[in-house]
Amino acid sequence: MSGAREEVLARLRAARDAGAPRGGVPPVPRGYHRSGSLAPGSAQVLDLLVERVEDYRARVLRAGSDDEVAGAVARCLDEAGSRRVVVPADLAPGWRPRTGEREVVEEHPGSPLAVAELDDLDAVVTGSTVAIALTGTIVLAGGGPGQGRRALTLVPDHHVCVVRAADVVETVPEALARLDPSVPLTFVSGPSATSDIELDRVEGVHGPRRLDVVVLR
Amino acid sequence: MSTTDLGMPAVRGGARDGSRDTGLPTHSVAGQGNLRGTTSFPRAAHEKLADTQLRRNLGKATGIIRGKRAGVVAELDDWEELRLAGSALKADVMARLPELLEQLEENVTARGGHVHWARDAAEANAVVAELVRATGSDEVVKVKSMATQETGLNEALAEQGITAWETDLAELIVQLGHDAPSHILVPAIHRNRSEIREIFLREMPGVDPALSDDPRELAMAARAHLRRKFLTAKVAVSGANFAVADTGTLCVVESEGNGRMCLTLPGTLITLMGVEKLVPTFSDLEVFLQLLPRSSTGERMNPYTSTWTGVTPGDGPQEFHLVLLDNGRSAVLADEDGRAALHCIRCSACLNVCPVYERVGGHAYGSVYPGPIGAVLSPMLTGISGPDDPNASLPYASSLCGACFDACPVRIDIPNLLVQQRAASVESHPRPTAQDLALRAAALVMSSPGRFAAAEKGLALGRLLAGREGRISSLPWPLSHWTDSRDVPAPPAETARQWWARTGGHDEQDGERS
Ligand code: SF4
Repeated sequence: MSGAREEVLARLRAARDAGAPRGGVPPVPRGYHRSGSLAPGSAQVLDLLVERVEDYRARVLRAGSDDEVAGAVARCLDEAGSRRVVVPADLAPGWRPRTGEREVVEEHPGSPLAVAELDDLDAVVTGSTVAIALTGTIVLAGGGPGQGRRALTLVPDHHVCVVRAADVVETVPEALARLDPSVPLTFVSGPSATSDIELDRVEGVHGPRRLDVVVLR
Repeated sequence: MSTTDLGMPAVRGGARDGSRDTGLPTHSVAGQGNLRGTTSFPRAAHEKLADTQLRRNLGKATGIIRGKRAGVVAELDDWEELRLAGSALKADVMARLPELLEQLEENVTARGGHVHWARDAAEANAVVAELVRATGSDEVVKVKSMATQETGLNEALAEQGITAWETDLAELIVQLGHDAPSHILVPAIHRNRSEIREIFLREMPGVDPALSDDPRELAMAARAHLRRKFLTAKVAVSGANFAVADTGTLCVVESEGNGRMCLTLPGTLITLMGVEKLVPTFSDLEVFLQLLPRSSTGERMNPYTSTWTGVTPGDGPQEFHLVLLDNGRSAVLADEDGRAALHCIRCSACLNVCPVYERVGGHAYGSVYPGPIGAVLSPMLTGISGPDDPNASLPYASSLCGACFDACPVRIDIPNLLVQQRAASVESHPRPTAQDLALRAAALVMSSPGRFAAAEKGLALGRLLAGREGRISSLPWPLSHWTDSRDVPAPPAETARQWWARTGGHDEQDGERS
């Protein structure tokens, strides 16, 4: 194997020099927008996010307080008929759906649920790390506050995700600047979808078929 | 003749056993993988042109996606600046490729991953098979990956008694249909809904016989078919869209969630990636994560993008292997102009706008890389072994209309590269004809500075060959097979690029799309 490593690197070094551009490589022009014109967390950036997320046929609810988040989450769960719900253990207490008719399971990092157990649950409620208004994208950071590990937001068929206004930026570069690449990241833009049959978009394949977003001002 | 001298020093044909390690840039090894078909493009195209169902399927699908792409590209007022940045970033990567790969390796290893290197397709397949065997599993779930298509991994695993389950819907359709992919992004683009329904009814165990051809129902059948596999698989194999040198982060861009399933649930993840997939820094993804989804599926953002860095305790696979593949890339890198073909981010925009691709489909190209980029990349990776090499005819699979350059998010000057490869193809011809010489002369003209005008200049040659009637009814080898089957209209006085800009590709042929 080390033979392959040395050989491939040797080939590439020779090729790098043989094909080197005669004029050298010019610096990367960064004329594109590295920040947006809308302030993070502003009313306009939230409006744009809501419009763009809805464009993917995801449901968006707005909340003005933690209490309203819990109410909105409950509404999303009820409308989907999701009764058995999992939340990461560190999800903000105010965002949890009230129990009652619902069963709420907590997942602790030290004792993860088996995949089959996750598959038995109807829905997952999490927070998020950053949202990109321009593209309607929500970024989940594995192990980030209230976000749990990746499998948690993947296996249950219904994902209710809370986005805080302060985490909403307008553009992709602003979002990447806020992210830590050392943890696993999942960029979510609407529910899972496929365009593989005649390029006709069908929402809901292997990932959660239903995505509800609660935006907290 | 093992290879063609492309006018650069010492590029050699791949040695089958890797024994002739010389440290020189090397083409892929003949007979391995899926970079070369068995039939020349003109002959294959001739057959495909007779398939009206295929043309209807392709016309409809590419028409839809062209419209979507144009819409989301027009939304960004900095699209050209993003393209310029993407192009320059990739040029920088090529200039520092070995250093950046070593940096990637160091960072992946520091985070608990294992890095392997493969000279060619067979070596990559052997490395993956060995890694799978070491887990004790006899099956893997797979995320759509061009690199594993290129190496023919599924077939190689099957020989070792390992079953590979394709999980991308289009790949599943191709796999169940015992078929070959025909598009980079939508490998089953040549199939319409009723054909897909028939394949599912025939091949999917336990499928509901009442299944209709509604795309939603078909997608749900695939979900049910694969769900158990996802939840129980021990090993996953993926490709990668990007790898970040300065952090060791890998990135997979997808739609269905099958990628997330494979990247998250199994205990072992094996990622096979061409060495050119690098970006220098994590923040450079800000350019490519804007260029790729808008260019490929015509969306502002694809549903899911996953990134991971080595192994994360308590989250996802605890065993991660990255296999870095050469397989001819070093030979492409050794060509000052040709290395731009390695900038490709496999968005498939150039396929969707190509009038030749739209009519003949991906299979006619033989290689797993079809369309305009495939027509240059495939012969560059394999080298052209002589006039009978099927890949020798690929650079002629174009009218040089220039639409591919305009669509390409990283500004690869495909028309110029096509002309250069035509010259390489002519070089491999033992006794050049007068037309060969004319093409070679044209290639020289067109590779001179002022690339942007290259495609337009090519028109003059076409008009010359066309004569007074304004139709090209016969062309020099190897396009003669192509023109035998249909008269090629002579390039018009208005350049195709101008025509495209004016009409967006909608001409009288729109009548056959519905
Ligand atoms: S050559 Fe350009 S347009 Fe074609 S697939 Fe590659 S990146 Fe996309």
